[in-house]
Amino acid sequence: MEAITVPQRSAGALSHFAEVLRSEFCKFRSVRSTLWALAATVVFNIAIAVLLGIFLPGALSARQQAALDSTRVSLGGLHLSQVAIGVLGVLVITSEYSTGMIRATLAAVPQRRLMLAGKTIVFAAAALATAILASFAAYFAFQAIVTGTLRTSLSDPGVLRAVTGAGLYLAVLGLLGLGLGAIIRSSTGTVATLFGLLFVPQILIQLLPQSWQDTIGPYLPLQAGSTVFSVRHEAGTLQPWTGFGVFCLYAAVALVTGFFLISRRDA
Amino acid sequence: MIEAASLGKRYGATVAVDDLSFAVPPGQVTGFLGPNGAGKSTTMRLILGLDAPDTGSVTVNGRPYTAYRRPLFEAGALLEAKAFHGGRSAYNHLWSLALSSGIARARVKEVLDLVGLGSVARKRAGGFSLGMAQRLGIAAALLGDPPVLLLDEPVNGLDPEGVLWIRTLLKSLAAEGRTVFVSSHLMSEMSLTADRLIIIGRGRLITQTTVEDFLRGGSGNFVKVRSPQADSLAALLTARGAAVTRRGSDMLSVTGATCDDVGELARANRFTLQELSEQQASLEDRYMELTRDSADYRTAEDALAEASK
Repeated sequence: MEAITVPQRSAGALSHFAEVLRSEFCKFRSVRSTLWALAATVVFNIAIAVLLGIFLPGALSARQQAALDSTRVSLGGLHLSQVAIGVLGVLVITSEYSTGMIRATLAAVPQRRLMLAGKTIVFAAAALATAILASFAAYFAFQAIVTGTLRTSLSDPGVLRAVTGAGLYLAVLGLLGLGLGAIIRSSTGTVATLFGLLFVPQILIQLLPQSWQDTIGPYLPLQAGSTVFSVRHEAGTLQPWTGFGVFCLYAAVALVTGFFLISRRDA
Repeated sequence: MIEAASLGKRYGATVAVDDLSFAVPPGQVTGFLGPNGAGKSTTMRLILGLDAPDTGSVTVNGRPYTAYRRPLFEAGALLEAKAFHGGRSAYNHLWSLALSSGIARARVKEVLDLVGLGSVARKRAGGFSLGMAQRLGIAAALLGDPPVLLLDEPVNGLDPEGVLWIRTLLKSLAAEGRTVFVSSHLMSEMSLTADRLIIIGRGRLITQTTVEDFLRGGSGNFVKVRSPQADSLAALLTARGAAVTRRGSDMLSVTGATCDDVGELARANRFTLQELSEQQASLEDRYMELTRDSADYRTAEDALAEASK
């Protein structure tokens, strides 16, 4: 009986990362929740835009219509689709832990940060593409229905930025979910934390003195993130890209913490 | 080849593995035995780098498992029964793992057929029975055709046919020169499959030996004698230095004398022998004897029986 020689089958760092990316993409596309969440993002965005386009003109006076940030209104579906994409971002990592898949995953790719990087890139690319598509689809659907002062053009100042920004906001929100998921690892715990982080500070800040509200308010995740899909600048909020930068910072902190922890904890 | 040196791991106040050193050689099935909670699964997780040891180190083919870029070619593992996403098909589960190590698509089909899941490969794995889940886990372990295989309780939940299949598979994998490391809390199963044994209790090594040596070293080997002249025979045997225990009116258990000795003695004294046989302690008895003190969860009866000794 002859001992089997150990296969010296290794790969270069770059081609190995390509393999990890392909593996993570295969995992991403081969569960139903991915398809559902991405489809829901597109459907929510378009459906809300169409409904608003149909019913808004009749409900508002001409003066009210003129005062409205109609581009932002047309993107209103993101308030629903952020749930879909946020949950998807969370599940990309937490489902590994809840199903036990993480053991197979780490046995195949023991370089945990590389694996998490692969997941993050695959999710970011899919979420960004879908969310930007969904935002433009919503915008054009709304524009196709409404008339008069509700109409805007992509060439108007801030409109293209706001429509793209809605897609960016959704993708970064999903990445915040992914980062939190890598830290918390439980699906329900992470979903609760993600949406708690978005909505609870908005409520709690109402309990603070006005001067505090003015100082802290603009930096809260939801308020900072919302600036990038608004055309008209509201008083007491950050400039669009500054606000979006702050929003990205939240996601970055979560992701960096997740990357730090994943190699330091037992799986 | 798996080599562990002074492995130690604690979870909070619980010591799971304590100064554990062992080697698992290629070409044999090595059984990894211990009562529930002895630290078998923890050791498996330490080998694969899923958990980091507090002390010591463990290598697979000479390097830590986490140092390999395509580890599926080095070792395949079946850990818990379900290490897959129930929403994914068996095929996609294996294909996603294969992609990470640059394993060809054809190999995925090959291992699916090998474990007998070819016909349900496109079905969601969440609907699989425990037996099918085990088979999927084994398919994943075999993907890279690795020289080392680690299997944690592979026969759990399998029907007799499945158990036989695993037994045959493990033996043939070892016969091909691979290192096969199988954990179990069932000595009876290991006695049919394993060539070598590593036995642990409360996280510590109790013994590592071959199955043969393990049996021979047992204190339970004795000669069983049945004779109408049991009393006289017992007296003669005792006079010759053998230890004799009476079992009933005509039965003796003799240690310190062989069957030949007893037979000769009986013939010389014209005693009638109705039975004369060598009794070998089963692996199970020997195992129980060794691990009695280290079993984590014993029934109250066990403890009482021990106290009254």
